[in-house]
Amino acid sequence: MAGKTVTRADLCEAVYQKVGLSRTESATLVEMVLKEITDCLERGETVKLSSFGSFVVRKKGQRIGRNPKTGKEVPISPRRVMVFKPSAILKQRINAGPDGSSQQAP
Amino acid sequence: MTVAKANANEQGAAGSMIKSELVQRIAGQNPHLYQRDIENIVNAVLGEITAALARGDRVELRGFGAFSVKHRPARTGRNPRTGAHVSVDQKSVPFFKTGKEMRERLNKAQ
Repeated sequence: MAGKTVTRADLCEAVYQKVGLSRTESATLVEMVLKEITDCLERGETVKLSSFGSFVVRKKGQRIGRNPKTGKEVPISPRRVMVFKPSAILKQRINAGPDGSSQQAP
Repeated sequence: MTVAKANANEQGAAGSMIKSELVQRIAGQNPHLYQRDIENIVNAVLGEITAALARGDRVELRGFGAFSVKHRPARTGRNPRTGAHVSVDQKSVPFFKTGKEMRERLNKAQ
C-alpha cells in the first residue's frame, strides 16, 4: 500500500483539479503557499494551520555532542530547529486509513 | 499539550500566523483572484498532504521538508496516576523531517 512519494507536482495537480486555474498558475500558487509558510518560520513565527497541524520554531542552546565515528566530543552550536505538531484531526485521519474505515493492520 | 504550555516553550515567542492570515497574505499578492479561491488552494494543498499520509504515502517537498507516516506497535503502557497496566493499540503517527534548505534558512545570519 505505501511506497509512493507525493511531490510538488501532485500538489499542483490537486490544485488544478479542484480550483480551476491553469496548470502554470496552480504551480505558482502552490509555491506561494510554501514560500509564505517558510518566510514566516524564518522570522521565528509559529504557523498554525487548523485541522492540519502547526509548525513551531524552537531555539536550542549549545550542547556537547560526540562524533559517532571518532568518539570525539565536539560542541554543537546553538541553533534553531523547526518541529511539526500534527493536529488531532490529522492523526485521526492517518489512523482511519484512506477510506475512513478503522484500520487494524498496517 | 495545552496551548499555554506550547507558547511557553517558544523562547522569545515571535508571534504566529494562522491559516486565515496565510490566505490573506497570498490574496494580497494576487489581486486577480478571489480570497475564496486562495482558501480553496490552501485547503487543496493541505488536503492532498493529509490524503497522501492517510494512504501511507510519503510527501516530499524539496527545500521545505518531508512528511511520512511512522508505525508504532501495540504496547503495554501504565496509567501514570494509578500505575495500572493498560494496553495501547498499534497506531500510525505523522512525522515531519525538516528539509536541508529550510534548516539552513533557519540558521543563517541570526
